[in-house]
Formats: sequence, C-alpha cells, structure tokens
Amino acid sequence: MEASITAIDLARFQFAFTISAHIIFPAFSIGLASYLMVLNGLWLKTRDDAYLRLFDYWKTIFAVVFGMGVVSGIVMSYQIGTNWSVFSDKTGPVLGPLMGYEVLSAFFLEAGFLGIMLFGRERVGDRLHMAATTIVALGTLMSAFWILSVNSWMQTPQGYSVNDVGQFVPEDWWAIVFNPSFPYRLVHMVLAAYLTTAFVVGAVGAWHLLRSPDSRSSGIMFSMAMWMALIATPIQIVAGDLHGINTLEHQPAKIAAMEGHFESYPEGRAPLILFGIPDDETGVVNYQISVPLLGSLILTHTLDTPILGLDAFPEDQRPQSAMIFWTFRIMVAVGFAMLGIGLWSAWARLKGRLYSAHWLHRAAVVMGPSGFLAVLCGWITTEVGRQPFTVYGVLRTSESAAPLQADAVGASLVAFIVVYFFVFGSGTFYVLRLMSKRPKNKINIDDIGPTMAAPAASNPKSVKSKTGRGNHG
Amino acid sequence: MVDLPFIWAGLIAFAVLAYVLLDGFDLGIGILFPFLKDRDERHLAMNTIAPVWDGNETWLVLGGGGLFAVFPLAYAIVMPALYPLIIAMLLGLIFRGVAFEFVHRTKRLQGFWEFGFWGGSLIATISQGMALGALVQGIAVDGRAYGGGNWDWATPFSVLTAVALVVGYALLGATWLILKTESETMKRARSFAWPLGIGLLALIGAVSLATPFLRPEYLERWFGWPSGLWSAIVPLLMVFAIWHLWKGLRDHDHLRPFLATVAIFVFSFVGLGVSFYPNIVPPSVTINEAAAPDSSLLFLLVGAAVLIPMILAYTAYSYWVFRGKVRPGDGYH
Repeated sequence: MEASITAIDLARFQFAFTISAHIIFPAFSIGLASYLMVLNGLWLKTRDDAYLRLFDYWKTIFAVVFGMGVVSGIVMSYQIGTNWSVFSDKTGPVLGPLMGYEVLSAFFLEAGFLGIMLFGRERVGDRLHMAATTIVALGTLMSAFWILSVNSWMQTPQGYSVNDVGQFVPEDWWAIVFNPSFPYRLVHMVLAAYLTTAFVVGAVGAWHLLRSPDSRSSGIMFSMAMWMALIATPIQIVAGDLHGINTLEHQPAKIAAMEGHFESYPEGRAPLILFGIPDDETGVVNYQISVPLLGSLILTHTLDTPILGLDAFPEDQRPQSAMIFWTFRIMVAVGFAMLGIGLWSAWARLKGRLYSAHWLHRAAVVMGPSGFLAVLCGWITTEVGRQPFTVYGVLRTSESAAPLQADAVGASLVAFIVVYFFVFGSGTFYVLRLMSKRPKNKINIDDIGPTMAAPAASNPKSVKSKTGRGNHG
Repeated sequence: MVDLPFIWAGLIAFAVLAYVLLDGFDLGIGILFPFLKDRDERHLAMNTIAPVWDGNETWLVLGGGGLFAVFPLAYAIVMPALYPLIIAMLLGLIFRGVAFEFVHRTKRLQGFWEFGFWGGSLIATISQGMALGALVQGIAVDGRAYGGGNWDWATPFSVLTAVALVVGYALLGATWLILKTESETMKRARSFAWPLGIGLLALIGAVSLATPFLRPEYLERWFGWPSGLWSAIVPLLMVFAIWHLWKGLRDHDHLRPFLATVAIFVFSFVGLGVSFYPNIVPPSVTINEAAAPDSSLLFLLVGAAVLIPMILAYTAYSYWVFRGKVRPGDGYH
C-alpha cells in the first residue's frame, strides 16, 4: 500500500512538472502567432520595412518556441495513458473526442501551414503567405478552445452518465463542450496568453530602446505591447473576477481554500485576508493581515451573502489551502502590476515620452517574464484547487492512476526533469539570445558572409537612415 | 447500423500508417545522419524535411489521442504495458524535434544537437519498433488494466522488430533523399539504399517467419484454409513492391525507390493487420470491447469525416509548395 501511494505522488508530481513546462510555450506562442499575423498584415498594408523586419525577428523566435511547445505537448498526450490509465479508461469517451477535435482542427492546421509561414513567402507569394500566417494563429486559438474545454469539464463536469464498467458516457455534447466554467476559463486564458506575449514583446522593445533609443522597430514593438497592456489588462481583471464568481458557484471549496477561509461566513461580511500563512492541519491562517468586509464584496459583490468555508465540506473533499492561497495572490498581484505598467505607459504616451521614459522601460524589462509567472500561478491555483479529484466531485485522483510501480514512475520523472531542464533551458537561452539582438534589415551583412561585405561598405548611411525612429503610435 | 468501432479501427490504423510513412522518412534521415559526408550535407538533409516534419509528427498525436478517444480501454492497457518504451520515445522525439531549430541557434553546441538529432531519431525508432514487437506478441490483461510486469516488452522478437524498423526507416530516409537531393548527396543516398533494401527484406522475412509461431491464431490466419489463401495476397504484393524498388534503384529513378519503399511499408502494415484482426490489443481485447460508446464514436466521426480530407488536402498542398530538389542554402536559416 505504501508503495502505491508513493507511485501516485510521483505521478502527480510528474504531471505537474511536465504540464507546467509545457504551458509556458503555448502561453507565449498563442499570443505570438496572433502578433505575427498583425505584423504581417501591417507590412502588407503599409509596405513599411520595419514591420517586415519585426515579422522576421519574431518569426525566428516563434519557430524555436513553437518547436518546444510541440515536443513537450506530445508528452502530455501520452502521459495521460502511461501514468493515469484508469482516468483514461473512464474519461476517454468524453474527453477523448474533444482532444481528437483539437488534433484534427488545430494541431494539423498549425503544423500544415507553419512550414509555409516560416519558409514559404517566396514560394507562395504574399497573399497565400498571409493566409498561412492567419491560419496558424487561428490554429493556436482552436487548440486553446478544445483543451480548455477538456480542462473545464474536469472542473465542472456535466452532460454525461456512467455505464456499468464505470466509464463516463457522453449524453449531451453541447453541455459537455460548453460546460459552466469553460467560457470563463477560455477568455481568461486567451487574454493571459496575449498579455504574456505583450509583456515579453514590450520588454524586448524596452530593452533595445534603453540601449539604442533611436531604434524604430524597437519603438514600434514597445508601443504595440503597451497598447495591449493598457487595453487587455483591465478586461483581464474583469474576466478574472467573473471567473472567480463562477468558481464560487460551482467549486466553492476551491474558493475557500484560495481565500484561506477555513470557517464559513453564514451571514456574509467575510474579510479579505491579504496575507498570512494558512495551516491546513489546524485550520488557521497564521500571521494574517485582513481587510474587513472586502472578501464578501469581491467574491459575491454583496455584503451579506453567506460564504462557505472549508469546514462546510467533508474532510476528504477539501483541497489544501497552503499553496493556492499564495499562488492566487501572486497571480492577482502580477495582474495589477501589469495594469500599472499599462497606465504608466498611457501617461507617458500622453506626455509624448513613451520612447524616452527610461524608468518605464526598465520597469517593462523587469515585467517581461511576469505573464509566465501569472499563468503558472493561475494554473496551479485552479488545478490544486480541484483536488482531491481529477473529475471534480466524481472521480478521485487516488482512483485515477495507472497500476504502476513507484520505481518506474520515479525513474521516468528523473529522466523528464534532467532532459527538460537541459533541452528547454538551452532553448530559453537561445530565445533570450535572439531577443538580445536588435531587429535588423532583412539583408544582413554579417550573416551573408564575406562576399557581400565589400559592396555593403560603400553605402552605410542608407542602412542607418532606415533604422531612425518615426513617430509611431 | 454502421459498425462504428470497425470504421474507427480503420481510421486509427490509417493514422498510424500515415505516421509511420511520413515520420518514417524524417526519422530515417536522423538515423542516416552519421553516414552523411559533412555538416553541409547533414543540414541539407535536414532542410528537406524542415517544413514538413511537424505535420508528420502530428499523425502520432492523432494515433495516441485518437486511441484515447475511441478505444480508451486499449489506450489504458497499452500505455502502461509499454511504459519505458513510450517514455524513451517521447524523450527521443524531444531531442529530434528541437534539433531543427537548435542547430542553427548555436555554434558551440551545434555538434551536440546534431548528435541529439541522430540519437533522438534512433531511440524513438527503436522504441517504436520494440513497441510493435511487444504488441504483436500480446499484452497481458487483468480486468480493465495491464496485467504484466515492467519488462514484458523486452524479448528477442521485439529486438528483431526494432532492428527491422531502424533499417526500414533508414531506407525510407535514403529513398527520400534520392528524391529530394541532387548529385553527390543523391548518389550517396542511393549507395545507402542498396544494402538497406537487402537488409530490410531479410528482416521482414525473419519477422514474417517468426510471427505465425508466436500465437496459434496467427498460424491459423496465415496457413489455415481458406484464410491462408487471402493472406497469401500480401506476400505477393510485397514481391511486386520489391521488384519496383530494385528497378528504381538500378535505373537511377528519383521517385520510384521512395514509392516502392512506401509500398513495402504499406504491405507489411496490412500483414500486421491480418494478424491482429479482430483484436486491437492481442491476444484478448477486441476492437468492439475496447470501443468507446457509440455517442463518442459518432461525435468524433462527424468531425473526422470533414476534417481528415481537408488535412490530407492541405498536407498535400504543403508538400507541393516545397516540391522539387532542395539545394544547399535553401531554407530561411
């Protein structure tokens, strides 16, 4: 018995590790695919070289990130079977077809047109190349649609019955796909992907503006990123709030754990615990700093609606509070910091100082990886908050795992950790190195080699004048 | 009433076959990597597949994801049964997949990622070949779960199928290079194809001879009466494909050796299907037992009926866009 418990813990850790590593790439590539579509569209519309340069610049980064997303994603599609075979057998009839649709309508689409997007501009012409770029962006969004439907069904299952061998049998596909938490999760995640990308693009633009303030393409990307931050962050905060209300309705235990509410508030008037250290053993939030009434206002938008605490649920149905209390707060804090950057940039823009506000640029560089942090913390919150179930309220995590030995899971876990840190660490390094170079003219003297070097020296001014910054934005 | 599980078994088989053929030549190029002349030639070989490898690998996701969707019981039994092989394959595919970009992103570690491209391709192929052998030999089932041990898949037969697949993929890769490259590289690829072709035939022969004696039902299928009469069509078609391979290589044909190798794979695959049917997990789980409820099968079939033809169309279009010989310096890197 001891050994099988350990095998499940290891399998859980392995899934958490591989999916956390994976989500980093789509969180970036979903936004980047759309950004590339916009850049290519702007290039075709304006024929302004700066946009083409930016397209080629981000295209190379996209190729590296997308490749890592593909190889880490294939691991996910097989790991459900290797480590969670009982879960696979039971949920396959419901979740399998949704993933099947993801493969058929998204993965093939992305893969089929990625080659043309990356290598095919000269072969197919601008128009078809633009179509391919658009299709890749659409594919990433379709993928998000299906996989978030899958995850949401695990959070808020409906539209199924259970057959005599314990499998979930689909009864109403509309109810399954559009389960109650899905619309909120989809909007929240797609916005998160866009914001993640915007802050990476903004940081790269800001970094180059700090080093060479005249770089026009750096200015363009910084400006576009800051528009995104200004517009999308408030929408995201509203979407997150609505998502939270939805979770309160369908998974109140998760909200209780996120908020550190070990005890119920039958008359509402719950405080907001800003900080503290929840202790799941004793059911107390130690060292807490709280604001009276604000908890009720945020969660129910009223003062007196009753709020359930963890004590309202049987002990074997409670998620642990200690971790998600904090991951949730980190996510929210990052969100408000993003809002701050968006507002700061708007102010700088109004003052006409967007491209020379060094402190704003420095802050934007620091905020570059913030989207990844928020995405990881958000996902940890919602996934750990679903425990102790894989399918909320119906299928327990402890009853989902494969009949595996701890040594097999442990060995594969070590292999994944070593390979992931090495391969994706290298990939991240290469991406950062690509980002550290400024976007440049398509014909680059250094890259082409000695044959082009001599003629290029004759007219260096024409190259330089192209990089002078216009009054974009 | 249409037999939905049977249709889906055909579609999953098609996805697996598409994967084997398409990623087969990608992995084959990886396997041949150390035998190419120099770095330029290796990168040229890599560039012949750079625009299409991702789409090719997606068929593997459809095979796995599709199995999860329509035969969840088979998925739940096979994945734990082949656990170390699946993990090794995934790790191999990681090194293979990232190499396409990484070799161009570093000078210092370029050799390392090239090594990873070779090693990853080789490990992924060996894992797939051993998984095939283990499946043909049969998987122990206990209730609705895998009932065997961690190392059941490691047998002489699975080693044989692994070697056969390595040689087979290498032949697909070599004939693909004949199709996609010119002069020196093409000649070298042709010089690989001869011994690989002969080796593959010997290995297919060995696997075919061993298979009927693994399980009595296989023996009945192949040598019983009248089923053996139908089964005999497969080896006859195989002879036809071999003749085309020999002729294509001898006449210095560019396309024919590749198509003939594809045909050899197709007929081998059909031969496996003959042995398997009506099981999906030999020896005891049938297609019908493993199938998801009809509501699942129908829901996904509606989409598959529309989307798979579209996928085939735009995949063909993508190959058409990148048709013709690849020359040094092509590609965006």
